[in-house]
Amino acid sequence: MSQQKVLENWLAGINEIGPIKAKVLLDAFGCEEGIWNATKGELEKLEKINEKDIAALLDEKRKVVVAEEYEKLSQKGIRIVSIHDEDYPESLRVIDKMPYALYVRGALPDVHKASIAIVGARTCTPYGREIASWFGRELSKAGVQVISGMAYGIDSVAHNAALEGKTPTFAVLGSGIDVCYPKENFNLYMEICKQGGVISEYGLGVPGKAFQFPMRNRIISGLCDGVLVVEARKRSGSLITADFALEHGKSVFALPGRIGDVFSEGCLNLIKQGAEPVTEPGDILKSFQMEQIVRGKMINAEPCELDTPEKILYASLSLEPKHIETIVEETGFLVTECLALLLKMELDGFVNQTSQNWYTRKIIEG
Amino acid sequence: MFFQSYSAIIQGIDAHIISVEVDVCDGLPMFSLVGLLSSETREAKDRVRISIRNSGFKIPTKHITVNLSPADIRKDGTAFDLAISMALLCAFGYIPKDCLEHTLFIGELSLDGSVKGINGVLPMVYGAKKEGFLRCFVPKDNAKEAALVKGIEVYGVDTLGELVDYFIGGGEIFQVKSPDFTLEKEKETIDFSDVLGQENVKRAVEVAVSGMHNLLILGPPGAGKTMIAKRIPTIMPELSFEESLEISKIYSISGLLNEEQSYVKERPFRSPHHSITAPSLIGGGAMAKPGEISLSEGGVLFLDELPEFNSNTLEMLRQPLEERKVTISRLQGSYTYPANFMLVGAMNPCKCGYYPDRTRCHCSEHQVKRYLGKISRPFLDRMDLCVEASEMKFQDLALKEKGESSKDIRERVKQAREIQKKRFEKESIRFNGEMSAKMLERYCQVGEKEQMLLERIFAKFELSARSYHRILKVARTIADLDASEKITVAHLSEAICYRGIDAKYWGGGMTA
Repeated sequence: MSQQKVLENWLAGINEIGPIKAKVLLDAFGCEEGIWNATKGELEKLEKINEKDIAALLDEKRKVVVAEEYEKLSQKGIRIVSIHDEDYPESLRVIDKMPYALYVRGALPDVHKASIAIVGARTCTPYGREIASWFGRELSKAGVQVISGMAYGIDSVAHNAALEGKTPTFAVLGSGIDVCYPKENFNLYMEICKQGGVISEYGLGVPGKAFQFPMRNRIISGLCDGVLVVEARKRSGSLITADFALEHGKSVFALPGRIGDVFSEGCLNLIKQGAEPVTEPGDILKSFQMEQIVRGKMINAEPCELDTPEKILYASLSLEPKHIETIVEETGFLVTECLALLLKMELDGFVNQTSQNWYTRKIIEG
Repeated sequence: MFFQSYSAIIQGIDAHIISVEVDVCDGLPMFSLVGLLSSETREAKDRVRISIRNSGFKIPTKHITVNLSPADIRKDGTAFDLAISMALLCAFGYIPKDCLEHTLFIGELSLDGSVKGINGVLPMVYGAKKEGFLRCFVPKDNAKEAALVKGIEVYGVDTLGELVDYFIGGGEIFQVKSPDFTLEKEKETIDFSDVLGQENVKRAVEVAVSGMHNLLILGPPGAGKTMIAKRIPTIMPELSFEESLEISKIYSISGLLNEEQSYVKERPFRSPHHSITAPSLIGGGAMAKPGEISLSEGGVLFLDELPEFNSNTLEMLRQPLEERKVTISRLQGSYTYPANFMLVGAMNPCKCGYYPDRTRCHCSEHQVKRYLGKISRPFLDRMDLCVEASEMKFQDLALKEKGESSKDIRERVKQAREIQKKRFEKESIRFNGEMSAKMLERYCQVGEKEQMLLERIFAKFELSARSYHRILKVARTIADLDASEKITVAHLSEAICYRGIDAKYWGGGMTA
């Protein structure tokens, strides 16, 4: 067990000491050992370090638990990568409030590969889901690493799609490295650990607090080469990520939507400000100057392998969910016929049932 | 001197004959009433004594003992008053002894000697007929319902004095005629043709009614879920006399029959408020009474706003749904009530009601999940069909054309039920909805093509064994509606579309 790592874990684990204070301390004492051995008098002299911080730094219990804490970390297979380490992502060194250390379960993104952050609303529409899934899968297949925040909605969809695409995917958490939030995503969390990596600025058992989630967005933005915002309301956390991306000089892509659609307001505002609108995964690959091998025909194409009644049904569907009642009305088929046809098309992968009796088209893979 | 008259007590929905034994002898003057009595029954002593006196008869100063036999059954209620007073009057010599033979007396006495109505007269008279009684005297208020039982003379009694006059030849009490069994004329106010649009829901209702499957209707507020549910009894086959008698017995016990409605004329539609407690839903209470599920016998139990119901209360429905009856055990004994009903549930897809319309629904995935999570999976598993009603559109409302009438739908339902009746001749069940897994094997054979479809579905939707069975059962009913002996791909496909809510579709964001 390296003494240096133990102390890094100690420093990173102190709630009161954020990235800025950590830098102040390191500048003053040179190394972690220096901070560990610092006296109260020495600490009091420093600017920005207040009484509370000093109390936390000099906490009596530290000697007893520090080794134990590190032991727990390694038992769970979690690494701590600090700014002293070589594998600390270079791209993070240049960002404001550079994280002092990252906890990593699995791997860190490969710097030689392109990576895209796919972010969006937690409450999203089936349309947003379908698009996020399409982009995530195709970009991953093309060898782009997908980075996101493992939240509900777009984030989870993007991760899942990226897992299908087989290029490693990375989740940056706003809670402690071993805290799966939301807990429904536990399976996803474990999969990402295996096929990519889970990254967090926060150590073991740190609960997800509201302010930590916008903070982790700067890491998402820092790690990627471009940010794709799929669906965002007017005031959305995804826009914070986009802001960081602009600050860090990364490309920002946004999915254009309709005017007046609350789920596209954020995206449309981004486009107004100069973000690049995208309509297919190839747009992003082009921007990354990568070979385009994207499959999947775009939405309006009529699949030729369908029979006539199926074509009629398919034509009446869109990416917005439609209720069976409306479909029946528009196509003039009997309810029973409609249900049977839709089921067949669902099984064949042309149609998606987003919730009971609501149907959408699926983007077809060619 | 020993005299005996007869009365009856309700246990569950059946009546038990109780004999009232009276002994009057010399000794210290006293009046004792024995036979495992509850307090309201024990109070009969005072009611009987005073109403006899106020009817103009003198009670001799003797040692009087009254026993309600068999003495090991707990007696409650006030139905014994009339029988006790008749036995006493006979013992005192006011009426001849043969008046009491083969005769049932039911009724509560008032202090002025008038006879008041009680609950449960119909099953009591029905029980008496089965035991071989020839005539019965019941309160005038209950005479009409009692007359529904054929093969026994029924007399409605107003006062005690009148009854004595009748026995000693001074007065006349007319026998109550059996009412002609006529069903309620179709109420013009309620008909399926009132429902505009909602074709998929109507179709699901038709299937559900045909096979007595339980149905869950989802939909945004104002989509017409309640409106449709209320019309479900109108497409059920008309009540037969026997069915009406069975249902009337339950209503009689619950005191829901009256002068105007002396028997149940139309299929029950019960729609309890979601604040209902377990005993009032299932049946029970200190003195066991039938609950809403028994009152829905042969009809529909409609639970609106399903997630708002207390979850423990809902869970209690599970066993009666399987067994089609409910047994309630109390210290004094256990009572079995029938519970042959069709369960129809209605709910919004989320708390605000508009999911999956994301422009209006602002619930988070978690909130949607939690809302649905209020209903347990085992309970959902018992809902054979699940449909979503869509919101009414202006075109639908403005449509002049009326939908199909209840009568037309009912004809199809009847035909489908006829097929089931034949199929289950040798089984203990009547409808597809009641089939057990074993019966499914026998009656729901599918061909090779169908088998392949099922296999694909099973893998794709990660079905449980239970939902697989459910699909087969519903497909059987759809085939019956089609008068087809074989279950085809089309039947199966439709049944699959009605399958219950998949966890996958609800807040699918978790798994994409």
